[in-house]
Amino acid sequence: MSKKFFFAATAAIFALGAAQAKEVEVTHWWTSGGEAAAVAEFAKAFDATGNKWVDGAIAGSGSTARPVMVSRITGGDPMGATQFNHGQQAQELVEAGLMRSLENVASEDGWRDIVHPSSILESCEIDGEIYCVPVNIHSQLWLWLSNDAFEKAGIEVPTDWNAFVESAPALREAGIQPLVIGQQPWQASLVLQNVAAAIAGPEIYARVFNEKDVEAVNGPEMEKAFAALETARELASGSNVQEWNQATTMVINGEAGGQVMGDWAQGEFAVAEKVAGEDYTCLPGLGLADIVSTGGDAFYFPAVDDPEMTAAQEELARVMISPEAQVAFNLKKGSMPVRGDVDLETANDCMRKGLDILANGTVVDGMDQVLSADAGNQLADLMIQFFNQPEMSVDDVKEGLISILEYDS
Amino acid sequence: MADIAFDGPRGSKPRHRLSGRNIMIYGTLIVVALYYLIPLYVMVMTSLKGLPEIRVGNIFSPPVEATFEPWVKAWSQACTGLNCEGLQRGFWNSVRITVPSVFLSILIASINGYALANWRFRGAEFFFAILMIGAFIPYQVMIYPMVILLRELGLYGSLTGLVLVHTVFGMPILTLLFRNYFATLPEELFKAARVDGTGFWGIYFRIMLPLSLPIFVVAVILQVTGIWNDFLFGVVYTKPEYYPMTVQLNNIVNTTTGVREYNVNMAATILTGLVPLLIYFVSGRLFVRGIAAGAVKG
Amino acid sequence: MAKANGSGRPSRLFRNLNAKIAAIPMILTAMVVFVGFSLWTVVYSFTKSGLLPRRDFIGLTQYERLWSNAKWLISIQNLVIFGACMLIFSFVIGFVLACLLDQKVRFEGVFRTVLLYPFALSFVVTGVVWQWILNPDFGFQSIVRATGWESFTFDPLNNGKIVMLGVVIAALWQGTGFVMVLLLAGLRGVDDEIWKATRIDGVPAWKTYLFVVVPMLRPVFITALVIVTAGIVKVYDLVVAQTNGGPGISSEVPAKYVYDQMFLNQNLGQGFAASTMMLVTVAIIIIPWAYLEFGGRKRG
Repeated sequence: MSKKFFFAATAAIFALGAAQAKEVEVTHWWTSGGEAAAVAEFAKAFDATGNKWVDGAIAGSGSTARPVMVSRITGGDPMGATQFNHGQQAQELVEAGLMRSLENVASEDGWRDIVHPSSILESCEIDGEIYCVPVNIHSQLWLWLSNDAFEKAGIEVPTDWNAFVESAPALREAGIQPLVIGQQPWQASLVLQNVAAAIAGPEIYARVFNEKDVEAVNGPEMEKAFAALETARELASGSNVQEWNQATTMVINGEAGGQVMGDWAQGEFAVAEKVAGEDYTCLPGLGLADIVSTGGDAFYFPAVDDPEMTAAQEELARVMISPEAQVAFNLKKGSMPVRGDVDLETANDCMRKGLDILANGTVVDGMDQVLSADAGNQLADLMIQFFNQPEMSVDDVKEGLISILEYDS
Repeated sequence: MADIAFDGPRGSKPRHRLSGRNIMIYGTLIVVALYYLIPLYVMVMTSLKGLPEIRVGNIFSPPVEATFEPWVKAWSQACTGLNCEGLQRGFWNSVRITVPSVFLSILIASINGYALANWRFRGAEFFFAILMIGAFIPYQVMIYPMVILLRELGLYGSLTGLVLVHTVFGMPILTLLFRNYFATLPEELFKAARVDGTGFWGIYFRIMLPLSLPIFVVAVILQVTGIWNDFLFGVVYTKPEYYPMTVQLNNIVNTTTGVREYNVNMAATILTGLVPLLIYFVSGRLFVRGIAAGAVKG
Repeated sequence: MAKANGSGRPSRLFRNLNAKIAAIPMILTAMVVFVGFSLWTVVYSFTKSGLLPRRDFIGLTQYERLWSNAKWLISIQNLVIFGACMLIFSFVIGFVLACLLDQKVRFEGVFRTVLLYPFALSFVVTGVVWQWILNPDFGFQSIVRATGWESFTFDPLNNGKIVMLGVVIAALWQGTGFVMVLLLAGLRGVDDEIWKATRIDGVPAWKTYLFVVVPMLRPVFITALVIVTAGIVKVYDLVVAQTNGGPGISSEVPAKYVYDQMFLNQNLGQGFAASTMMLVTVAIIIIPWAYLEFGGRKRG
């Protein structure tokens, strides 16, 4: 019944939209090849409703773009809709009443039933109301390997982190950088996240990052994770690229053995027309555990007075979570849809693995969901220093991590 | 433009033609000049090469096959996100920001300078001193309150808002420039006009303005280059559709879509630097005078 | 210097009214923006403001955090390195070049034009160009290696230990011409009689420059020093365009820290505390100078 009503309502809005095309400016930081192709799918779907997607891409990563978005919203010059990572990034904006609630749309369309896993939508919920539309799930827990590189070195493609570590000397000998980590600080913090989830295990991960439990940081499981971190630093020494996609390009070209990166790296492989399983290999949870994390992107809608804009915003929210757009967008983006009820038939090997784990395996929360932006960035700064300074010990990392967690709790 | 501002006494020395001293002087100067020219040379050369040639050659070698394609691409096709309109949008934005900002800031500052030099009132020097100190306050201290002010005025994100910001932050140096210049004009002119009963505005428009064209030109040069080259205000107070050229350049260069197109980046860089460079080369003497007058006499 | 003292009408406020009206934009800018905004920022640096400013005072907590924050400490260290290199090299090179150009050089205008043109370019352009020249695979390093010196390594932008050197090289290219022009203008102001006198006494030229001319140019030096120093404290665009703070966080600078804290970490209070520190730094440099420059003149 409610579905019928939904269609009727949509049709009505369609009619309205057709009469008065509304230009909606959407800001986001998806500017690399795969990302831009993915966002074009949203634009296409939204334009088909008779409205107009005005693209407000802001180059750089989220770190360049978010300030611009926030200062525009707080500066009283809101865009129609804007990307944030779901989690705490927009919380204060919501609390200040600058963002509009999507509760009416969400409850009408039954988002709470559609969205899977539900923790994704919970990240959008503040005081019982939904303020954002999650559009994708990005697991940050992947190790990407270049089959080419291992072939050149004359060894088998490793199946897990331990085998990867063993293969490193052979890679070095063949003149290949074993592990590449870009110099943007957040990339280093991904490595910590991976070793914590895959080596210390999801329970410890949750105790450390969700509960900010200092004891867990000092525990024996994290000890192993920290040791792996030190190994990663050795494997990564000598890598000197800046951006994550430059690092991925090294993996694509077989100049590097592997990269720890979120599944958005997939998009770069796709643009380079590489085939999962043949040209590259992807290992979720470092190949040690069937585990994904639920970071991702969501769209928030600034509160505006203009009823036409409000209608167009709702229209856009519906388009973004619609099955068709979810499939089209996520295939290009290399991420997983937020709905359990759509099938990415054309999904490749890697995404298939991720989807399976999402359905049956262990799911942990992404960093953006559990840490404030401030704490997340401090952690990233700490980790990049660790990777760049061989003299820095894991004890320094431990100490730093504890003080950040204490600060954030 | 060969002979520039600095007349006046020079450190005169005995003149042997080809002495070791001369060789040393000219040698040093030529080496230094080459060093200064290298980046410009590299920019131009890189922008005229195709990507394959860049990968195999070195940055100093001239292009084997010169191509203007990177220029065309930088101007009209380079992408930031879905916008593949190239730098031209940023160029026109910069024009739309620079022209009114230059006009407004100079108008206000010249009147300030005139009031300070010729109509001193109690407290004027105090405000002027604050203005001068203000010139040295790091913008970071004032960025955020300015966001609030613009929001309250309903100007945030608009070109008007950015024009206002440029006018405010350009005021110290310009006011100084005009104050110092007006102070050097013969006092008799001013006194005579006062005796004739000409008022504040009358003297400004009928006497000061016509006598001060050179300093206005200097101010225009100073402001056009300064505002054209601004990055921080452009990034903080505007939105992507109004981004000035510098911000767009940074976006284009630091957006990597797999392959970095160094030739397009360099063409974009030259295009962004072109306006201030043209102004500099055309107006060399006055440009130098602008920075010298602003700084030395203060 | 005092020119017109008004017409001697009785009411003080209305005397010279037009000038006062004309000065309103200046007064507003001085009092609202420069004084008001700065005070506002200082006050809010003692609050717990996050994404939005809040009057939730927490004493010195932001400052304690600031000075225990590795990124800030790196920023300060970088600023000191950058500042010291910039001051030393831009003044030494600038002064030497100014002296050379002062030797009745032919084509002086051409040389001066060449040495000053980078100053007309924006920091973004400067940063991007030097990012390219210092690119290890195509730029300077690869060229030296191509000449046969295979082991030559100069890759500052990818080496956190020397990255500031890369930034300094770019900044010197951009700014040395400016110092040179200021000093040259000062040199041209030196009285011919001095040269005549020292020549008659047989004093070598370099000695005259160092011991007679430099002290005479003191005001010019001080002005240039103040301007260059204030520019150093503000350095931002150059770093953003050339390294964006990288590799890692090894080329962070205070101005960037402020921006990042305010808009990126959603921690306004911390950003305000950092910018207040920048303000204090500049004040230490500026106030004595301003006192000499303006305070003295008022009495004179």
